[in-house]
Amino acid sequence: MLLAGMFIVALILVSIYPDRRGAVFNTSMDYLTEMAFILPAVMVLMGLFSVYIPEETVVKHLGKASGSKGFFLAILFGTLPTGPLYVAFPMASTLIKKGARISNIVVFLSAWACIKIPQEMVELQFLGPEFMLARLSLTIIFVGLMGFVIEWMMKRTNGVIDG
Amino acid sequence: MSITAILINAFALVCLIYGFYRDRDKAVKSLKKAAKSLFGILPTILIIIIIIGLMLGFVPPAEISRFVGEQSGILGVLLVGAVGAVLHIPALIAFPLAASMLESGATVMAVAAFITTLTMIGIVTLPMEIKILGKKFALLRNGLSFIIAIIIAILIGVIL
Repeated sequence: MLLAGMFIVALILVSIYPDRRGAVFNTSMDYLTEMAFILPAVMVLMGLFSVYIPEETVVKHLGKASGSKGFFLAILFGTLPTGPLYVAFPMASTLIKKGARISNIVVFLSAWACIKIPQEMVELQFLGPEFMLARLSLTIIFVGLMGFVIEWMMKRTNGVIDG
Repeated sequence: MSITAILINAFALVCLIYGFYRDRDKAVKSLKKAAKSLFGILPTILIIIIIIGLMLGFVPPAEISRFVGEQSGILGVLLVGAVGAVLHIPALIAFPLAASMLESGATVMAVAAFITTLTMIGIVTLPMEIKILGKKFALLRNGLSFIIAIIIAILIGVIL
């Protein structure tokens, strides 16, 4: 529906301004082909990850991990699964109940949100290796720091999570 | 096809072959899931591509860069960061959108802020996050994510 609407809007716009037709069409086609080259591969990866790495595996390993191992596992398990971030909230809740560190939960959620591997592939394609690597490494550093800050702030008051 | 695209496809192929080698049924199931999500996301991708085409075709780069380009400075970064926090669109689509912003004169800084807040912060899903993980945790996570998104963006702007 929305797609049809958008398509009609585009058609109307380029018929009012025929001189823009070429630019709009060429840009759209460029982006479409760039997407078409990688999208099936990205989807295959997402499918594989979701079938081969079930939720239970993540909860089992992350629930008891500690120290720097916990941090790296949180990054790893965050980058592997797929799906939107809100899918991870119930998992994070289960992990907290299982006694996982708050900092690791934060790292896990953040990695899930913004440095998932299939997502990084699309970033590589559209924004290039320098941008992707810079954002990836800075994100890992700052997400780790944020994990400690949130853990500290949560513990400072009561240490328990309500809800 | 670019080298990047070839590498991505090769990586997916290797993973798929390994998947079949490990467990045929699971690999078939993965492929079915992949096909399903591909068709699921296709309309959204086409919509975004049309929007990108119209934006680059109609909005002069000078207009865009006034808000998110060199002269907008840190305010532009904060603005795009806020837009990213409110928008609720799949992350996969954020990247072509970000590329089109770059093409039309946005700074690397603004684009980095957009991607990070878009993916990490969810105003739309905040009520759900509060319900599942608690008010304090959810607010801290979203609030601090905005701050680190801006820091990451500034650093990327400095590096690149």
